Amino acid sequence: MMTSDDLHYDELIDITDVTCPITFVKTKVALEEMDEGQILRVHLNDGEPVQNVPRSIKEEGHEVLNLRENGDGTYELFIRKVGD
Amino acid sequence: MPFTNEQLERYSRHIILKEIGAKGQKKLLASKVLIIGAGGLGAPAAMYLAAAGVGTIGIADADVVDLSNLQRQVIHTTADIGKKKVESAAETMRAINPDVTVNTYHEFVSSSNILDLIADYDFVLDGTDNFPAKFLINDACVMLNKPLSHAGIIRFKGQLTTIIPKVSPCYRCIFKNPPPKGAVPTCREAGVIGAMGGVIGSLQAMEAVKYITGTGELLAGYLLTYDALKMEFHKIKLPPRGKGCDVCSDTPKITELIDYEQAACDMKM
Repeated sequence: MMTSDDLHYDELIDITDVTCPITFVKTKVALEEMDEGQILRVHLNDGEPVQNVPRSIKEEGHEVLNLRENGDGTYELFIRKVGD
Repeated sequence: MPFTNEQLERYSRHIILKEIGAKGQKKLLASKVLIIGAGGLGAPAAMYLAAAGVGTIGIADADVVDLSNLQRQVIHTTADIGKKKVESAAETMRAINPDVTVNTYHEFVSSSNILDLIADYDFVLDGTDNFPAKFLINDACVMLNKPLSHAGIIRFKGQLTTIIPKVSPCYRCIFKNPPPKGAVPTCREAGVIGAMGGVIGSLQAMEAVKYITGTGELLAGYLLTYDALKMEFHKIKLPPRGKGCDVCSDTPKITELIDYEQAACDMKM
């Protein structure tokens, strides 16, 4: 079985310790500091974060590559940075 | 420098905005804005710019807080009466946001100090209440190429424009010279509705934020007027800059600053 660990990424952030909207803010700031085409892996909670962060990131123009459930109430989100 | 967790939270509503983002917030934190006048216009402008995280805010005013100021100058409180306005304003700004460095200048602006005052700043905000100061600030900003938000308020009316020297019309392109002494009442004689400073001063702060972050379109080349009684805003397109202007044309007649005479009642001690 493929796991999240099989996917390549350039940066990793954990936003399980914060709530909306800081979840999105931390993701957005991490992406702003990366180069176009690089991949950010985000460790996030089920519920509001998993509903809102991928959607908001898409609205910013970035590409959501993958969203995987870890089975423990957390997810792994993989985003490719688009634009500079 | 990366944001601290506290900064991420403090500025989260800015960072979320596509037009500002982390980059825009960093520009704000690195920016320097000078506010001349800690009164009706300067009060809300200073508070919003401090809250926005403008890294360095200069504030210039020679007055002390008077009971009659408190109807509109919301940066000062009853307990501040008798304090230097710049000190009272600085205390409020620091209380709103400890990220901000506040420089205070307890002095009237004049031809002898204005160039030194504005030299270190990225953007100047005119919150003064008299024509000599407004012409002086305009001319100095043109000479040093400093972007300027001009505004004026009286009774139920307000107006503002943004001046990018040598690009958009300056104050003197619109109004050639100050009116004769005593021809126009000051807000001390004419009165001014308190919230007018809130409306127009906040718009000045907005222009400063847009200039610093490079977001949107500035009010350069336009005069915005607000009539509160009629509840009307008008955005008036100004004629092109420079032609025949004594200070911002390519062959200016005014090359030295002028201290116009001030009406006696404006020189409150």
